Amino acid sequence: MMTRRVHPLLIGFTALVFVFLVGPLVIIIGASISDTSFLTFPPRGITLRWYENIFEVSAFTRTMGTSFTLALLGTSLSLLVGIPAAYALSRYRIELPSFLSTVFVLPILVPEIVLGFSIMKSITAGMGVAIYPSLVIGHALLVLPYCVRVVSASLASFDFSIEEAAVSLGCPRWRAFLTVVLPNVRAGVIAAFILAFITSINDVSISLFLTGPGISTLPIQLLAHMEQFFDPTIASVSVLLMLVTVAVMATVEFTLGLTFLTK
Amino acid sequence: MTARQLGWYLVMPATLAVVIFLGWPVGGTFSTTFLDGSGWFSNYVNFFSSPFRRAVLWRTTEIALVTTVISLLIGFVTAYVVSRAPGSWKGILIVAAVFPLLTGVVVRSFAWLIILGKNGIANEIMLSLGIISEPLSMLYTKGSVIIAMVYLFVPLMILTIVGVLESIPDEYVDAAASLGASPFARFWQIVFPLAVPGLIVGAVLVFTGSFTSYATPQLLGGEQQMMMGTFLHQRAMVTFDWIGASTIAAIMTIVTITIVYVMSRLAKRLNPAAV
Repeated sequence: MMTRRVHPLLIGFTALVFVFLVGPLVIIIGASISDTSFLTFPPRGITLRWYENIFEVSAFTRTMGTSFTLALLGTSLSLLVGIPAAYALSRYRIELPSFLSTVFVLPILVPEIVLGFSIMKSITAGMGVAIYPSLVIGHALLVLPYCVRVVSASLASFDFSIEEAAVSLGCPRWRAFLTVVLPNVRAGVIAAFILAFITSINDVSISLFLTGPGISTLPIQLLAHMEQFFDPTIASVSVLLMLVTVAVMATVEFTLGLTFLTK
Repeated sequence: MTARQLGWYLVMPATLAVVIFLGWPVGGTFSTTFLDGSGWFSNYVNFFSSPFRRAVLWRTTEIALVTTVISLLIGFVTAYVVSRAPGSWKGILIVAAVFPLLTGVVVRSFAWLIILGKNGIANEIMLSLGIISEPLSMLYTKGSVIIAMVYLFVPLMILTIVGVLESIPDEYVDAAASLGASPFARFWQIVFPLAVPGLIVGAVLVFTGSFTSYATPQLLGGEQQMMMGTFLHQRAMVTFDWIGASTIAAIMTIVTITIVYVMSRLAKRLNPAAV
């Protein structure tokens, strides 16, 4: 179609932008296999010892475990309260006061770093809640908007008369929800889980205030390590994190198709 | 049970979670800043009467603004090309934009630490090309923070704008073409005005994201380029000045919410039909 033609200059510019986007990540991969004790690119000699080193630095393996369980716990809790909320907001919108739908946008509106500081001040220091539960609370709150909005979006295209049909045939409401509604919005729930999980695992600003010498998350540990050392181990941990991203993208592609991310 | 009651029961757990774990802590943080021994708003008077603190606020605003403008320009052109790319290419380009977005902020900022360092690639390339005769120190400058921030936010801008451009029906552009509009006119009179709400959404995301960021200014800016986020952390966790930190937190939140509010009103006024 004639209208779809794009000027070659714009194509060239776009090519440069994508080099800018992907290049730095390629550089990290290169730096992670360099056989030198300092970070360099292009790599001089190839070695995998920096990858072995990750598992010898106990702080990395320990915080990796913490980040993973934290993301799992925080996301699950958030979905547990978020799915019913999303359902109610889609199903009973007219019956509910309109301010309720803005409540779940608040965790996005308040800057993350302000939220982290406030939770540390009130919940951890003020109420004496231990660090780990505080972290779980912070992460669950951080991902709640994703859970509510993504599940709501998939409920928007669900025809609630199917659920009504099940109920009118004698199915209890809770069972109709579990066997009729939930399987129909499965894709939305998976998408919410994935987005929330990746947000939680990469979080810096909330964890920043809630971690300490005893307990830390991987991104915080990485930041601390970067400020003191400058060796390729950081690059190899970064590559591992990129592999997590690859796994996530593959999952999204197989379950929903990546185009859902531009909607 | 009526539908109204059932609805309330279902939203209650999540609403309570937001009220207890967000409303109460954030409200508490703000309330301590308004009144203390020296009277109402003395903490804000303190903040704005210190040239150092004003400089941090101004630097943060400036870096966030420049980042937003550059991301808008790069993001719009790129999104335009991506949205017109043939099927298979479009998929590849979207994957290439989503991938950095899903990779953590720390990893992406770290990449620029390698690139912009004294013995980094940027210096090596410029040395070998003879552009410079000795390595430049580019880290801990405003420029390095802005480059890394643009790197962080351009993918978000591209995806936001691609989404909006895709929603503009092809028929509009075809109609303009059949009426004899030049490619340039088609772009400026049809595509651009319809894309403006998307540009505003993208700009808000980038501005608030960079205004409140922590990891990037911490790694690439250091003490010299302290921004509001790094300042808040330093006040709270290094000098333990919790009232000072709370005041910074309140100012950051006020700026963020004001920007979101004003821009969403603007988006509605410019294009009442768009949601």
